[in-house]
Amino acid sequence: MNRYLQIYWIMMRNSLIREMSFKANFILWMFVELLWFVGQIVFIQVMFSYVNTIGDWSKWEVVLLVGTHQLIGQIFQAFFYVNIANLPELVRTGKLDFMLLLPVDSQFAVSTRQFGMDNIVNALVGVGIVIFALVKLSVVPGVAQILLYLVAIALGVAIHYSIMFFLATISFWIVRAQGLIYGYFNLFNIARYPDVVFGGWFKLVFSWIIPVIIVANVPARILMRSLEQPSLLLLQLGAASIFVVTASRIFWRSALKRYSSASS
Amino acid sequence: MVSQLRKYLKVFDIGLQNTFVYRWNFFLRSLFNLVPLAGTVFIWSAMFKDRTDIGTYTLHSMIFYFVLTILVDNLVTPTEDEWQIAADIRDGQINSFLTKPLNYLGYRISLFLSYRLLYMVVTIVPIAIVMFYFRSYITLPAHAITWLFTAVSLAMAGFIQFFIAYSLAMLAFWILEISTIVFILYSFEYFLNGHLFPLDIMPARFQTVLNWLPFTYELFFPIQIYLEKIHGAKLYTGLEIQACWFLLTLGIARAMWHKGVRHYQAVGG
Repeated sequence: MNRYLQIYWIMMRNSLIREMSFKANFILWMFVELLWFVGQIVFIQVMFSYVNTIGDWSKWEVVLLVGTHQLIGQIFQAFFYVNIANLPELVRTGKLDFMLLLPVDSQFAVSTRQFGMDNIVNALVGVGIVIFALVKLSVVPGVAQILLYLVAIALGVAIHYSIMFFLATISFWIVRAQGLIYGYFNLFNIARYPDVVFGGWFKLVFSWIIPVIIVANVPARILMRSLEQPSLLLLQLGAASIFVVTASRIFWRSALKRYSSASS
Repeated sequence: MVSQLRKYLKVFDIGLQNTFVYRWNFFLRSLFNLVPLAGTVFIWSAMFKDRTDIGTYTLHSMIFYFVLTILVDNLVTPTEDEWQIAADIRDGQINSFLTKPLNYLGYRISLFLSYRLLYMVVTIVPIAIVMFYFRSYITLPAHAITWLFTAVSLAMAGFIQFFIAYSLAMLAFWILEISTIVFILYSFEYFLNGHLFPLDIMPARFQTVLNWLPFTYELFFPIQIYLEKIHGAKLYTGLEIQACWFLLTLGIARAMWHKGVRHYQAVGG
């Protein structure tokens, strides 16, 4: 465990140095993310110019949800996104061989090479929005609530990670699979909507099997609705993340077994 | 003239064969597109819970609007073109075009058209499922002439998007990494061309500004024509602005190529 932390620390430092040598790009990426975020806020503004609530969610509750979604998504992207997005290319070109030869766990090796500092800045923007929404809602969460919120955020990051990792692993079977990476954004597109709008089998599938609906909704509810049952929500989120983490791990293992390198 | 055309038809044909490796990619893309569509249907259903209309839309026409955005997307929106063009320039692939009697823009347009054709073929099953599922929401134009206007506007919408993508990809002559700039464009397009919500539910002063931007004419405008929400003078003015953007982006695309080639120093090869 200690060794992994050490390796991780070195890789993080390396990617920081790399990023700082492309400062303009760093600032532009921050700008892109900010643009998306502003767009989402405009979307909420337009929707709530027609209605007062969506389900039983008020405008600032939805803003808090979107802020939480942003926070989780950006933390995930900071630590894992670029690495996993590269996986199909590693498989296609056979460069994966080098990763497999490293004396560390293969999943760790392909998941943790680069680190996105700009995403951390954007995650902080998410935090700012969440706090702003709390003020607007005049909700002051207790210490326990904040702690549970943080646990839920961490579980959310694990779910983001596992789902995208699962998608990228499909590239062992399909070459030219950029469409899979695109799939990650499409799936999590629905994570920023209040859970009450969903129904039927769709809600069931996307809350339990591909648990994108609960990723941001559970922490948001924990933070702003102290009267609801936080432990029950957290239990669901925990169960769902254990499920997807295990599933993607097993899938990765079986994919590796049939990998027969593209080179030589 | 005929031999000119035959040359590009051949490119079109090669494009079809080459992009066949992308068939899974295209299929997955269109399959995953169904998730946001479902999300959209759910959120708007919740919005319409206590009311029958928002702006000029009912729940049914709103959902049909979003189904149409997916359809238009599949028909005319470029998917991989900008990345490929940038890669062509970065890796020095364009060297071979500089010596051949083949116009690179013409070549790229042929490829773009063949991609679109293949994309449509590959995605026909998911699209058919969507159409079947929402069959009771589908409305057809009342006037036959609407089809013609829609087709013209759609074609221009496709080319405006393509020329913008092409022009941005030309930046690869000067800078190594164009992905940030491409993503900035994507964000503007996503929010301003009617993907997220129909633009006419926005406050009027925003719409006035949007009417002058190219983004409206990439997606929202042709759909408005199809839905027969704009008629007469407004329709003609819109088509005129769209035609202006079409010519302007074409001009920029050509100019960028000429400037870029002059700056280019065929590395390697």
